[in-house]
Amino acid sequence: MIWNEEFECMPAAEMKKLQSERLKKLASYVYSNCPIYRDKFDKIGIKPDSIRTIDDIQKLPFTTKIDMRDNYPYGLFSADQKVVKEIHVSSGTTGNPTLVGYTKDDIKLWGEVMARSLACAGAEPGDTVQNAYGYGLFTGGLGVHYGALEMGLRVIPMSSGQTQRQLKIMQDFKPKLITCTPSYALYMAEEAKDMGIDPKNGNWKIGVFGAEPWTEKMRGEIEAAWNMLATDIYGLSEIIGPGVAQECPHKDGLHIYSDVFYPEIIDPDSGEPVKEGQDGELVITTLTKQAIPLIRYRTRDVVSIQYEKCKCGRTSPRISKIKGRTDDMIVVRGINVFPSQIEHVLLGIDGTEPHYQIIVDRQQHQLDEVEVLVEVNSKIFSDEVKKLEALKRKIQKEISVVLSISAKISLVEPKTIERSMGKAKRVIDKRQM
Amino acid sequence: MSKQLHVFVENRPGRLEVITENLRKANIDIRAFAIQDRGDFGLMKLLVDKPQDAYLSLADLGCACALKDVLAVSVPDKPGNLHNLLSALSKNGINIIDAHGFVLQPSKTGICILEIENLAQSNAQQVVEKTGFEVLDDSKIYNL
Repeated sequence: MIWNEEFECMPAAEMKKLQSERLKKLASYVYSNCPIYRDKFDKIGIKPDSIRTIDDIQKLPFTTKIDMRDNYPYGLFSADQKVVKEIHVSSGTTGNPTLVGYTKDDIKLWGEVMARSLACAGAEPGDTVQNAYGYGLFTGGLGVHYGALEMGLRVIPMSSGQTQRQLKIMQDFKPKLITCTPSYALYMAEEAKDMGIDPKNGNWKIGVFGAEPWTEKMRGEIEAAWNMLATDIYGLSEIIGPGVAQECPHKDGLHIYSDVFYPEIIDPDSGEPVKEGQDGELVITTLTKQAIPLIRYRTRDVVSIQYEKCKCGRTSPRISKIKGRTDDMIVVRGINVFPSQIEHVLLGIDGTEPHYQIIVDRQQHQLDEVEVLVEVNSKIFSDEVKKLEALKRKIQKEISVVLSISAKISLVEPKTIERSMGKAKRVIDKRQM
Repeated sequence: MSKQLHVFVENRPGRLEVITENLRKANIDIRAFAIQDRGDFGLMKLLVDKPQDAYLSLADLGCACALKDVLAVSVPDKPGNLHNLLSALSKNGINIIDAHGFVLQPSKTGICILEIENLAQSNAQQVVEKTGFEVLDDSKIYNL
């Protein structure tokens, strides 16, 4: 079903009018309420009243993750903390994490776009959803939860992990929908077989999978293993969390809710828009958010976009699956990891920066594994095995504190990590997706 | 005090060979060695005739290595002797971090190389000598 026909099927001209109105309001809202944005506008000599239509958006400055880090915690907020009702924290590139906040209306918006997403995937009011995204500071769990409540689903707030219990709950309550990372869906299929459950006879009929990049090949595997429809959901906490874009059963791109999240696709180097259908960096402006509205936020995700009306009837533009990143971020078990964070940990161990390499691997139908190779240079070398082991444990602990992932640490001999152009290659991604 | 050369090695084929090859090139004579294994990696511990030269030859190569003070004790090859040495140390609260031993033929003298916790601050040498064992000095141990 289409949850909000008025906005999801709005004719292009009308949509443009709506977006223009909203952008005008937004520009003056952030200019009057957020000193950081006022500075940004002033620096390039732009006043809110020079924004008249949505096409004027190109006059506005970009916002980046660096802006969020440098103005941590509250600098980019346009609303007073008194009206902020919920905050979420995700990992930043280094140092400061990324903080996002929601007013009551923002939470309502989140529920609305997630309701649109669940309905877009094929949910009907009265269905049951097993939500296996993590609840907590990660936006996945609560985002789906709010959307499920909004559209009148019965929600099972499983959170992530506890695979055997997930499968038992599936059998006992027969939820039509499962929401989790796509690699976890495959992993659960393997676990099901071990428990004597044939996943082909599983109860889930629709999967809403996201929080990590995946391919058509993985979709084929999931659909075959579980005998279900596997759809892709896109989102990022800076914008709202999950619920920025979602595939319909035609699986021909993710519908982005452009009445509230205005998309542009740009050349990451020049900042200029690319032609329709060409790959570029997705830039999003949150047209109606209150707590921490973002103007032209550089997502660093590489996608293409099409504006043609979909067979499902929605007129909303569709973005492709994520085709890559314009930075070195990797996603491990749904968690965003920047190599700079690991560098930061190593730097903190002994004030020295050893050469390191991150190897991400995923065995067939298993979860991601991270190994960090650390060269034992003369500064961190110890002539006692006990101390070397303590060093290894310390690195592992600090990485798990900063990144919430458990990495295997391997100490390696100096000069064994391959260097290219004088700089070591930081990440080796061996995952077959 | 005798010096033992400790070298960080990854546990995979060919890594020890790199060390021995470079010591050969530097004309270093290995008197004894031991390997402390920890799964992925280990420490190779070498007793050589010219510790400083050996250290430099590997350090220049970029190896993670260090010279460590150890106690080289001569233990006549007789039943119960190692036990006598160890109990004297333990009675005095001296902790051994790692050790290895070998027997010289035909003199039938056992040599025990002991890594002692806080060796410089401990009275390990006096304890050993008081128990009746000889601690070999540099010249003796390097020219066995």
